Amino acid sequence: MSIRAENLVWSVGKIRIIDGVSLSVRPGKVLGVLGPNGSGKSSLLRLLAGLRRPAGGQVFLEERDLRTIGRGALARRMALVEQQATTEANVRVRDVVSLGRIPHRSPFSGWSQGDEAAVNAALDRVGMRERAHRTWHSLSGGERQRVHLARALAQAPRELLLDEPTNHLDIQHQIALLKLVGELALTTIVALHDINHAAMFCDQLLILDGGRLVAQGTPEAVLSEALMRQVFRVEARIESSPHHGRPHIHYMI
Amino acid sequence: MNATTDKTWEHAGLGLFITLGGLLLLLTIAAGTGIGEMSISIETTFAAMTNKIGWSAVALNPIQESVIWDYRLSRALVGACCGAGLAVSGAVLQSLLRNPLAEPYVLGISAGASTGAVSIIILGVGVGTVTLSAGAFVGAFVAFAFVALLSHGARGGASKTILAGVAASQLFNALTSYVVTTSGNAQQTRDVMFWLLGSFGGVRWPEFQLILIVVVIGFLICMYFASALDAFAFGDDAAASLGIPVNIVRIALFATTALMTATIVSMVGSIGFVGLVVPHGARFIVGHNHIRLLPTCMVAGGIFMVLADITSRVVLPQQVLPIGVVTALVGVPAFSIILYRAKSTT
Repeated sequence: MSIRAENLVWSVGKIRIIDGVSLSVRPGKVLGVLGPNGSGKSSLLRLLAGLRRPAGGQVFLEERDLRTIGRGALARRMALVEQQATTEANVRVRDVVSLGRIPHRSPFSGWSQGDEAAVNAALDRVGMRERAHRTWHSLSGGERQRVHLARALAQAPRELLLDEPTNHLDIQHQIALLKLVGELALTTIVALHDINHAAMFCDQLLILDGGRLVAQGTPEAVLSEALMRQVFRVEARIESSPHHGRPHIHYMI
Repeated sequence: MNATTDKTWEHAGLGLFITLGGLLLLLTIAAGTGIGEMSISIETTFAAMTNKIGWSAVALNPIQESVIWDYRLSRALVGACCGAGLAVSGAVLQSLLRNPLAEPYVLGISAGASTGAVSIIILGVGVGTVTLSAGAFVGAFVAFAFVALLSHGARGGASKTILAGVAASQLFNALTSYVVTTSGNAQQTRDVMFWLLGSFGGVRWPEFQLILIVVVIGFLICMYFASALDAFAFGDDAAASLGIPVNIVRIALFATTALMTATIVSMVGSIGFVGLVVPHGARFIVGHNHIRLLPTCMVAGGIFMVLADITSRVVLPQQVLPIGVVTALVGVPAFSIILYRAKSTT
């Protein structure tokens, strides 16, 4: 297993945000995390990224306890794309992507050929090389998310965590971003809102409700009309799409 | 253009820029040494300096020589260091707190220093400038500790820190006013006012040695954290996910800027606007990358402060304006131009 978590618990005050969640992702696979608003998707990703310390349970990277991996070493192998992270500073695209090289450099070391190559490759991968000199505030929402993804790729990670990366993007950019993520040969955990997109692009799905794990498995195994009713509180019919073969959800009104 | 040559050009450009800036700073300091109440010719000024360094032995009027060396040159150098320290502190705090309004006094340091100094002046604890500076320094650090405790108790967060700083400023300003109104006489009140607005009067070589060491060390610490500061642009979690030890960096940089600011305030009073305005101007010229921004702030802050000091001495005959008045009067129009131009280019 590339990423494995056992019985994670995390609370804010007396409220349990994550309540006994276990999961596992095989190398190179994409795990989609689904659940209603406030079900703990972002919190789960933060625990997995080592940004919050769980009150109980453990996270393992290739069977190594996350707590025994140093901050820098972790940043060299795992990258996080946050939900709509923005800045007041009018930084340039290339500078944002260059941030991804920080874990690979020491404070006074110069900018190496390797750093330059990694930044260029990341910019190419998301199709932003020509716009590398653009400033942050001149970018559209879709471009900003691609820049964040490029920054994450410049970290040269083996594991990639994405928190609702397609929020506020138009449909063209949502599909393009998810397709791009699916094509990367990285172990990926992605929190998503759109269940149909999750079914199309993820190898495995994990359903959260009120911080608890409801189900984990392939989209076909997990998504059911009962689950849609119980967790998402909607009536739906699910059929196998004749176009892409994945489950497709029709919402009933 | 090829990206690698792009980067090389950038480095060459930065080197040239800093060199030119350094030369400009030297020229400004020379101007600060040459210009003043007593008009002394350029030749005399130059000869006085080379005499003292030991490169020449020209016979000069000892009063003029002393004015140049003991009064004006040390004053210009202290001014340059103070401007550099305040500008670097401002740039660091703006990035760390992710707030364009942050400046060296945002953590309540200036207010605390004032309370400390005013207590010394009015309550008459001890005598002389040494105890005055010591009082200001203690006050500054008490205020900083207060802000640190309050924002830590409120579970961190940049906006919490700023709110804690505002609360501390209000508290310590109120304490200052209380002490002044209950115990001060007219002369003491005037002394306090002058000190609160900042003054380079009275700084000599010992002050320069201290401020040079503090500012250079502070600058090197900030430069060590330059790329960490870049990483803060998208918030604490983004920085942490890049392997930055967020809490350690924040404490180290708060302490460094607090130390620099407290030393400056205890020496020359609270000089406003430099720490706010210079970093914005510098960003407008060299961008947001701290490895470029911090040296630029260092040089630009020094130039700005020495120019402001020259202005404060020449604008009214027979009188020296408080330096804080000049930095604001010069700074606000400069700031307006930057804001206006920044808006039209982005």
